[in-house]
Amino acid sequence: MAKVQVTMKVNGAPAEGLVEPRTLLIHFLREQLNLTGAHVGCDTSHCGACTVDLDGRSVKSCTMFAVQADGADILTVEGLAAPGGTLHALQEGFREMHGLQCGFCTPGMLTRGYRLLEENPRPSEDEIRAGIAGNLCRCTGYQNIVKAIQYAAARLAGAPVKEAAE
Amino acid sequence: MIPGAFAYHRPKTVKDAVAMLSELGPDARPLAGGHSLIPMMKLRLSSPAHLVDLRAIGELKGIRAEGAEVVIGAMTTQHDVIADSMLAARLPILRETALVIADPQVRYVGTIGGNVANGDPGNDMPAVMLCLGAVYQVAGRKGERRIAARKFYEGAYMTALEPGEMVTAIRIPVPPSGHGAAYEKLKRKVGDYATAAAAVVLTMSGGRAATCSIGLTNLAETPLWAEEAAKAVVGTTIDAAAVKKAAAAAEAIASPASDNRGPAEYRKKMAGVMVARALARAKTRAG
Ligand SMILES: Cc1cc2nc3c(=O)[nH]c(=O)nc-3n(C[C@H](O)[C@H](O)[C@H](O)COP(=O)(O)OP(=O)(O)OC[C@H]3O[C@@H](n4cnc5c(N)ncnc54)[C@H](O)[C@@H]3O)c2cc1C
Ligand code: FES
Ligand code: FES
Repeated sequence: MAKVQVTMKVNGAPAEGLVEPRTLLIHFLREQLNLTGAHVGCDTSHCGACTVDLDGRSVKSCTMFAVQADGADILTVEGLAAPGGTLHALQEGFREMHGLQCGFCTPGMLTRGYRLLEENPRPSEDEIRAGIAGNLCRCTGYQNIVKAIQYAAARLAGAPVKEAAE
Repeated sequence: MIPGAFAYHRPKTVKDAVAMLSELGPDARPLAGGHSLIPMMKLRLSSPAHLVDLRAIGELKGIRAEGAEVVIGAMTTQHDVIADSMLAARLPILRETALVIADPQVRYVGTIGGNVANGDPGNDMPAVMLCLGAVYQVAGRKGERRIAARKFYEGAYMTALEPGEMVTAIRIPVPPSGHGAAYEKLKRKVGDYATAAAAVVLTMSGGRAATCSIGLTNLAETPLWAEEAAKAVVGTTIDAAAVKKAAAAAEAIASPASDNRGPAEYRKKMAGVMVARALARAKTRAG
């Protein structure tokens, strides 16, 4: 099948490439743009490890063709930290609150957490749990992921952050 | 998993989309949110030669009131349905249903048109549309026509759509204010299709059910409109005896398959349980 040109903005910078229409966005990001932060966890649209932010929505990049993202503005986990390398409040939260163990789900948790806090800057615990319902974690039992997102919410609001998890 | 190769098209108008779909023939499929279609294509259960992406067609988006009806464009996402305050006020059952579909990521992308046109008995919106008496607005080469949701579903993945036709909007008669509605869905976990689910819309008058409509999800090859179950409660106070009759009537028309969600007998029983719960909740909301 003839390749088609796609152009998008990824982490603030223009990105383009030639793709087969059947190329999934996750493969375009990982293999053509070398952005390997988003992971392929299940490949069946269930785990959320491939989550990226696209035009203000959290999407599973394993369930979208790169051609569908033509013209889109995308944020991957690589784009979360400030250019100088200062961690985003969410990344800091995940570190401080031990929000990860193996780390495989983390890029998806971070990008999903990012959109969740953009839409709802001070979510309740229930709202956080509902908000990350599309992101599976096999390690943490979610407790510390919830705490990490709460930490980030407080940090972004300029409120005092809770003490680190034991 | 890599889907089979296909050619990609992105028309800007319904007219162009319909022309493409009819010219390209049965190997062409509309692509909406892709969250039913792409997983099927990755599993190679579906291998269309052409995808006609509907996302650039502005006229397919949006939610509006038109007299006594609400009209929802086919490309409106579940996320948009949840966020819409007019819908929350006039048709709260849609928000309640959308919230138990899949997970946030899927709802940002999955569309209401794709959900009703897909024909998968596991989809949640179709039974709600049967319950509400919705009508699908359809565009084809020969022009527009309307198909009642209650006449739309013919079998698993088989609908009344002719080749080359697509759903452009869903028209829903708004139930009277003061109606009570509920969607009860039994699922094993977030993101799961229903083991059994029931949609109820009813009105009460003088403590008795004046009208009632019931739809069932994932209990047969198609969504079911449970007329007998609804009749069993009309004129009653929705007391225990009436609820029992309604549940039995729902179970009688359910013919689920045995699957990972449970044996057929269990799922049939759960049809009755979901109807009973939805009736109870709808009743407390009416007034
Ligand atoms: C992890 C996961 C969990 C899910 N859980 C649920 C659930 O609990 N309940 C539920 O209801 N759904 C569930 N879904 C499915 C999801 O809601 C889909 O988004 C929806 O079924 C289809 O909408 P879509 O816009 O993604 O359509 P697509 O996948 O793009 O299309 C689906 C089918 O409909 C056709 N089509 C699309 N739009 C039109 C149109 N306007 N006119 C004619 N034909 C059209 C397509 O050609 C295709 O055959 C789940 C999906 C995933 C990935
Ligand atoms: S890899 Fe995309 S949802 Fe699991
Ligand atoms: S930290 Fe291992 S999957 Fe979440």
